[in-house]
Amino acid sequence: MSELKISKEQQDMLSKISVMANDLSGAFSLRVDGNPYAKGSSSNVKITAKTDLPGIDIRVKSGTKGEKIHIPVILTQSGVKDLVYNDFYIGDDCDVTIVAGCGIHNCGGEESAHDGIHSFHIGKNSRVFYSEKHYGEGTGGKNIMNPTTIVEISDGGCMEMDTVQIQGVDRTIRTTKGKLGKNAVLKITERIMTDGDQYAETRFDVTLDGEDSGTHVISRSVARDNSKQLYVSQVDGNSRCSGHTECDAIIMDNASVSAVPKINANSTDASLIHEAAIGKIAGEQLIKLMTLGLTEKEAEDRIINGFIS
Amino acid sequence: MLEIKNLSYVTPEGKKILDDINLCVDDKFVAITGPNGSGKSTLAKVIAGIIMPTEGRIIMDGTDITDMSITERARSGITFAFQQPVRFKGITVHDMISIAAGREVNCEEACKYLSEVGLCAMEYVSREINDSLSGGELKRIEIAMAFARSTKLTIFDEPEAGIDLWSFQSLIKVFERMNSQVGGNIMIISHQERILSFAQKIILLSAGKVEAYGTQEEIMPGIFTDNRECKCAAEVL
Repeated sequence: MSELKISKEQQDMLSKISVMANDLSGAFSLRVDGNPYAKGSSSNVKITAKTDLPGIDIRVKSGTKGEKIHIPVILTQSGVKDLVYNDFYIGDDCDVTIVAGCGIHNCGGEESAHDGIHSFHIGKNSRVFYSEKHYGEGTGGKNIMNPTTIVEISDGGCMEMDTVQIQGVDRTIRTTKGKLGKNAVLKITERIMTDGDQYAETRFDVTLDGEDSGTHVISRSVARDNSKQLYVSQVDGNSRCSGHTECDAIIMDNASVSAVPKINANSTDASLIHEAAIGKIAGEQLIKLMTLGLTEKEAEDRIINGFIS
Repeated sequence: MLEIKNLSYVTPEGKKILDDINLCVDDKFVAITGPNGSGKSTLAKVIAGIIMPTEGRIIMDGTDITDMSITERARSGITFAFQQPVRFKGITVHDMISIAAGREVNCEEACKYLSEVGLCAMEYVSREINDSLSGGELKRIEIAMAFARSTKLTIFDEPEAGIDLWSFQSLIKVFERMNSQVGGNIMIISHQERILSFAQKIILLSAGKVEAYGTQEEIMPGIFTDNRECKCAAEVL
């Protein structure tokens, strides 16, 4: 791969979303300020630009194992509104890692926004680990990110999704939809922290169609200052299946958090559980860490960092 | 040396829990015992700074620590192992041992502390301190943290509470080892004769007062022969 000509600021932004510029080899696509910037394919993974919509198609050959695909997006110009459609076609019997993420550096006065719509079509008996990190910074206009992830998992397939938004995103609506075949599994771990006047909304909608399919959704979040969070989840069990969603939130200052769970069992063999817990940091946790020598502030930071680590 | 002078604690509701406690503790292994509600845990929490006394002073090695915060007392050499260990989502056993030690300990060292308390180190070191751990496992991790801190004074609040008989047997061995290996002094709140039997001194609390303080030979016979049944019931009968 020829060396990418990106600025120091852009490199820093990439590192904030866990992607190193020198990792961008093999199959990758880098999008900068609303435009395709660079991309590469490997012998097993073909990345091509869409002809009808902004975005790319990523096609992974059946049997591909151990390959990592990077598709980061960075916005460094204030006022950019980016909408992108990325479709992943994963063949059968694959085992691949996909690292996505969006970083916005907004020092202008205008709103910057990225809406990424990622659709996954996962073949039979394939495993996908999908990681995405959203990060914003700057002192100017608002940073808006609305990631949508749509997942269809064929029989025996598995997707593990790890999604993180820790800092600098002023407004987000994060939507994830899953539809699972026989013996398919979808595991989602979400970690969010909001502060200031930020707003974060999460919507999970998983349909368990296949026999012995299963989903496990864990959302851990911290809401500080005047920020607001809304967690909405729906799991439909349409056959012999298992579903577990868990929403844990720490609330601080004047923040507010709402959890709206819904589980629908449409089969007598569906086993669905939802757990939700919202509350401030437990006093006994602070005291325990203080008896180990931490100050109250250090204890609070340690608990929060651990909670969303 | 820990000196407790005229220490009392009255709850905001007006209930007297500790009543003019006076103690001078300088032995390696001291047990605090007494019936339920006698003020044992409250005394331990007052020493650790979790509860502030309404009267009296606490002096450690000549320094008055009464007005110190929990953190200051911890940093001055007091460790308090909870009766009900606290769970933390996202914080691992390794993390907690590092926090206890006050520095980043490597995996090998963390495993050493876990092995000391009879836990298969590699199985536990990366686990979160959450609901997946049993009460007995948490107790042992709590003790491992005390090993890692190795402070001038370590207070254990009923380490045997809520654990099964098998775990208790191995816990006893841990305390026997701790007695010989830990450099500082140990105060342990317990009802268990086995634990009391290797204490150099025993403090017997009753209704918030020190009823007796002395060697095993002086205290043990009284503990196990006294009739401590409810006097109200006897009067009714």
